[in-house]
Amino acid sequence: MEKSIAELRETFKNGGTKSISWRQSQLKALLQLINQNEDSIFKALDQDLGKSPVESYRDEVGVLKKSVTYTLSCLEKWVAPKKAEVPLLFFPAKAEVMPQPLGVVLIFSSWNFPFTLALDPLIGAISAGNTVLLKPSDLAPACISFLVETIPKYLDNKAIKVVAGGADIGERLLQLKWDKIFYTGSPRVGRLVMAAAAKHLTPVTLELGGKCPAIVDTLSTTPSKAKVTAKRIVGGKWGPCNGQACIAIDYLLVEEKLASALIELLKKTIKRFYGENIKSLKSISRIVNEHQFQRLVNLLKDPNVADSIVYGGSVDEEKLVIEPTILLDPPLDSEIMSEEIFGPLLPIITLKNIEESINFINSKSNPLVIYAFTEDETFKKRILSETSSGTVTFNDSMVQFLCDSLPFGGVGQSGFGRYHGKYSFDTFSHEKSILHRGFYPEIEPRYPPWTDFKLLFIKLAYEFDYFGLILLLLWFKRS
Amino acid sequence: MTSEVENKPVFCTESAKELVKELRASFATGKTKSYEWRLTQLNAMVKMMEEKEPQIVAALHDDLSKPELESSIYEIAMLKNSCRLAVKNMKHWMMPEKAKTSLVTFPSSAEIVSEPLGVVLVISAWNYPFLFSLDPIVGAIAAGNAIVLKPSEIAPATSLLLARLVAEYLDSSCIKVVEGAVPETAALLEQKWDKILYTGNGRVARIVMAAAAKHLTPVVMELGGKCPVIVDSDINLQVATRRIIAGKWGCNNGQACISPDYIITMKDYAQKLIDSFKYELERFYGKNPLESKDLSRIVNSNHFARLSKLLDEDKVSSKIVHGGERDKENLKITPTILLDVPRDSLIMNEEIFGPLLPVFLVDKVEDSFDVINSGTKPLAAYLFTNKKKLKEKFVATVSAGGLVINDTTVHLAEPTLPFGGVGDSGMGAYHGKFSFDAFSHKKAVLYRGFACDAFVRYPPYTRGKLGLLRALFDGSILGIIRALLGWSKA
Repeated sequence: MEKSIAELRETFKNGGTKSISWRQSQLKALLQLINQNEDSIFKALDQDLGKSPVESYRDEVGVLKKSVTYTLSCLEKWVAPKKAEVPLLFFPAKAEVMPQPLGVVLIFSSWNFPFTLALDPLIGAISAGNTVLLKPSDLAPACISFLVETIPKYLDNKAIKVVAGGADIGERLLQLKWDKIFYTGSPRVGRLVMAAAAKHLTPVTLELGGKCPAIVDTLSTTPSKAKVTAKRIVGGKWGPCNGQACIAIDYLLVEEKLASALIELLKKTIKRFYGENIKSLKSISRIVNEHQFQRLVNLLKDPNVADSIVYGGSVDEEKLVIEPTILLDPPLDSEIMSEEIFGPLLPIITLKNIEESINFINSKSNPLVIYAFTEDETFKKRILSETSSGTVTFNDSMVQFLCDSLPFGGVGQSGFGRYHGKYSFDTFSHEKSILHRGFYPEIEPRYPPWTDFKLLFIKLAYEFDYFGLILLLLWFKRS
Repeated sequence: MTSEVENKPVFCTESAKELVKELRASFATGKTKSYEWRLTQLNAMVKMMEEKEPQIVAALHDDLSKPELESSIYEIAMLKNSCRLAVKNMKHWMMPEKAKTSLVTFPSSAEIVSEPLGVVLVISAWNYPFLFSLDPIVGAIAAGNAIVLKPSEIAPATSLLLARLVAEYLDSSCIKVVEGAVPETAALLEQKWDKILYTGNGRVARIVMAAAAKHLTPVVMELGGKCPVIVDSDINLQVATRRIIAGKWGCNNGQACISPDYIITMKDYAQKLIDSFKYELERFYGKNPLESKDLSRIVNSNHFARLSKLLDEDKVSSKIVHGGERDKENLKITPTILLDVPRDSLIMNEEIFGPLLPVFLVDKVEDSFDVINSGTKPLAAYLFTNKKKLKEKFVATVSAGGLVINDTTVHLAEPTLPFGGVGDSGMGAYHGKFSFDAFSHKKAVLYRGFACDAFVRYPPYTRGKLGLLRALFDGSILGIIRALLGWSKA
């Protein structure tokens, strides 16, 4: 493994990844990889997570194709230095900021979107001109096998490598010096990654999670809007890998009086989307493994929590399936309300007044996303200014992930740093400042020995008081 | 808890916890978020500098024997400019930034909203104790945060003055100063902060980052490194020499993170360069630089001993071609130049941070890039040349926080350039709007409507939906039509 990394360093040092043409060729090759292997990708995702091709396309293949295409269309613009304004005092001078690759970067990806979370950061790292070691999560073995076998066939093996393995490999990698580490996963491991990075002063981006709430304030509007709300909530909970997503809706906040109407709508929508019961479940991913399955089942073990189930609750251990489950007002101090659920259980918390949702959300750590279904402009403004989250999405769920112009990242316990679109390029770049100066004219007062005149001159210069400077010089010349 | 020796309450973990609790409560009131509060604080800072300049200059002189001009300009004037720039632009910086949306999320609108991170910690350094304490705070205030400042104990007069001035001029319910050394810093680092900005050295930076990791606190590290100066032969030698001197001995006597650390030049040119240095150094600092009032002293005996060690190393002591005189009692070392130092000497491998300037020789100027790249990435790198190709190669191959061509250190004063390091010289940047950004969370906001709900997103998943999704992602209207008509591949 150390040999591989040494090769990555050598390749970077020799400038193998700097040219725009190299970056473009790699991105095009990645696009080809995806286009030519769609069926294999669908198959791997079905094997590891039971994802349907539509879900796989929507959340992984389509996202990646869009990302590569967008990056290819903007790359030349992003790589170009940006001019910075220079005050007259420095004349003649030219200032610019030039993005440079950081060097050899390490990307850790998670198992729930094994292609998107591995290859989307990879797109950023390549576009910025780095060499990369990709370490996908071992909980999606078919997807990893695919990546390990296929990436070397399409991409520059001297610059982009994939390593399979478990936590032990991850730990070994963290002992080494990297120029950047990009980690997607849990806050617990995020701390370990950052602590290891601290030993080498390696900058990190941590894409973590949290309990993403959805505030529901639109049920008393038109029935069609209510229906759309229900679809978007259901689609935002069980759609992405059956709730096993950092941006999946974790729990709902709704006014007491609207709770039963909401639950009815949700039930109808769930049945329409996924089937009548656990035996006829379709178009939904399964739970990734036994460990996660048990974790979720345990969340329901608390009798007070079990009592609050109003829909679903059935499990099938053999197939690792838990049907979409809705809970109404489970105890607030239960684990299901304090831990990130990351699964198909949806607690609904009722409030006397929907405005209380702001305090409720603020009593928990900053989530990655806050969803708010509301048409009240004042309420929207309050949500924006009084809560803190990576992103806020109004009247929908999940789609912010597709916006290349919006930074995707957390704040507080949901992480720091961001990517998508140009932010991916930036996250793997160092923005180098450059100031070009001429030899003339020379400003004598810069140099000692110091005198009162020089002090006054420089003071005026720092205030860009050109008029004052001229006066001073004239006075000085005269005296 | 009281220390009998000092009769002053010791700042321990409990105190740090209480402090953070108090600031979190202040932040929660929303006070620091208002534009008026931020404006009042920044204006108060400007007033502080206008009214207390003599005291600040005196404290800096106590701590560092810093010449009045250096204090007035590099600490006070620069800080005033920083405040003024923030006051002028803050409203604009605070406004949400519109973001484009594409067909994939049609219809929608998007923006990026800047919000304060919360309660932030600024740990400052001793060499520009005033600037490095308050300049980050300008950014933190402009971004709407509550702040704790921990100034360096190695500049005690300035630390004490800062504690007094901040209490007198700024809102103490939201901005506090904690004085002290390792124990106090450790107590602060145990707490959860929403951001930490640290200016200092790599060793302590690792400790700060490891502490931050426990709370997933993002950090900005402004560190140092060996800032090289490449001197080519076809230049205006006098101007180049003077600018190098100004950046080296003119900046706290070489004790600055962006001071030229060492020179790389060609063997044939070295003597000419050194003669020019000797001449200009005498013009600037006189025949007895030990007595010049225009040079800061070495900050303390530890650093004096450290620098002496660099000079006394066997393979280096014979290479002194200018200066080398020391006054241990007054902590002074004269501007010292060393010629043709070995690559493996201490002075060529440790950040000097003092008035010693080694000159490293190469056969041709292009060889200097390998010398620089064989070391860790510095905070700044400088090149003096008139050759266009050399400038281009320098910019393309040398990785450093910032580069300056034909001058030294002045990029610090340029607020439109991000100031920060890369690799061992640090992470993150500040100055100008970059300071505001460093202390903000850029929250993405997407507004969606209820119209045009794309049914393709939802199950039951069918082949038709797959085809339509493909077309939607491709952004092709024609493709969408074809998919809707059932003509495309699913």
